[in-house]
Amino acid sequence: MTYIPGKLFHKDGNKSGAEWVVLVYGSSCRKKRKAGLQAQNKLASFEEAVLPHLDAAYNLARWLTRDETDADDVVQEAVLRAFRYFGGFHQGMDGRPWLLGIVRNTCYTWMRQNRAQELLVPLDESNDLESRDLSPEALLLQSMDRQAVRQALEELPLEFREVVVLRELEGMSYKEIAGITDLPLGTVMSRLARARKRLQKSLTGHTRAEVQG
Amino acid sequence: MHGYLDGELDLNGSLEVERHMQECQSCARAYSNQRALRSAFKDSSLYYPAPAKLRKRIRSSLRQANKADATTRSLPWRWLTVGASMACALLIALVIWNAVRGRVTTSGDDLLAQEIVSDHVRSLMVNHLTDVASSDQHTVKPWFDGKLDFAPQVRDFSDQGYPLVGGRLEYLNNRTAAALVYQRQKHFINVLIWPSDDGADSEAKLSTRQGYNLIHWTRGGMTYWAVSDLNSSELQELTRLIQEQTPPRQQSR
Repeated sequence: MTYIPGKLFHKDGNKSGAEWVVLVYGSSCRKKRKAGLQAQNKLASFEEAVLPHLDAAYNLARWLTRDETDADDVVQEAVLRAFRYFGGFHQGMDGRPWLLGIVRNTCYTWMRQNRAQELLVPLDESNDLESRDLSPEALLLQSMDRQAVRQALEELPLEFREVVVLRELEGMSYKEIAGITDLPLGTVMSRLARARKRLQKSLTGHTRAEVQG
Repeated sequence: MHGYLDGELDLNGSLEVERHMQECQSCARAYSNQRALRSAFKDSSLYYPAPAKLRKRIRSSLRQANKADATTRSLPWRWLTVGASMACALLIALVIWNAVRGRVTTSGDDLLAQEIVSDHVRSLMVNHLTDVASSDQHTVKPWFDGKLDFAPQVRDFSDQGYPLVGGRLEYLNNRTAAALVYQRQKHFINVLIWPSDDGADSEAKLSTRQGYNLIHWTRGGMTYWAVSDLNSSELQELTRLIQEQTPPRQQSR
């Protein structure tokens, strides 16, 4: 079949074709109105499903990029991409993990283009000390000031930071995190455990220094 | 223990952890440390909500994107729907045909083709055809250096009637890609290039979408998509010219 749809764009298309259109689709103005309406509907349902999760999107981007302006740009681009791919979104799906997945991908692409060296930092295994021996620090931890916690999280390597942000700040389940980061469940769990150990280590070290100083 | 902390264990698992922690001092301590860490997170208001300015900016850019969407769709809308439904029917026929032959066309390829057509239309519509406008391959090729993690072959085919117009950076299929722009009389041709995933060479495949002709092939470890409103035989001619310039992938390693 050598049919070229482009031919149909000619204004003086043959009559039988036009009749066929009338038969199948009814009057053209109804169609045009419908097109406009569809676009409106798409925008409305997109805004309803996705925009409530803008805070979550921004929070994730802000923590991954560690920069206000960069987070702004990443979120804007991610939302536009989400809008383009909204066809793949099904009614009744949870918009938050869906959007966060796109935000994360956009972040990584952005990092690859602008801060490639950050992605190349190797995970230093020797840093994962057994934190059990550091106790009893629970009390010290509880009196932690927010600046110290913020700094400790900011200093975590990207792979660890993202699981902690998704788990502790977004309250995502392991399964949801695995979906967003495209990692196996086991990897999510081990990263989270290692990330927490690192946090604990840097926070207890911090308070100790403070107490002594 | 982290599973227990996060409430991801079933009842049996939780009971087991609780029992263990009654006996094991160090685990109990580790657990209370982690609980303290968690409450530190809860207290410290580490959450960054989206600034109102960004919210506004996103709303307006969404509106704009939607408007652009609607105008491209409603302009030749009746004809486009016929074309699209025909293309759909053709596609379904193709898929069934392929399935019968045991080779189902992946929907990934399909999405990609759609993305490429949109990209082509957008490049012509918003006056952003080229980032670097030059018919000199020695200007265009170095321009890509440092912007891409691969070096595409850039050749000018002015002598054969396909002058190089320039190059552009693109974002396709979740990665950056090079776009080379050629011209044939009044028609523009976008040739999109990025490294292929599987690496096997494949023959040029012609497809049609929304009236645009697309040719897709893989050669020398690169994936190529040529898209244009140019007729298919002239597009195939350009494809042949490009293919002659790129060496096929070497078999031995």
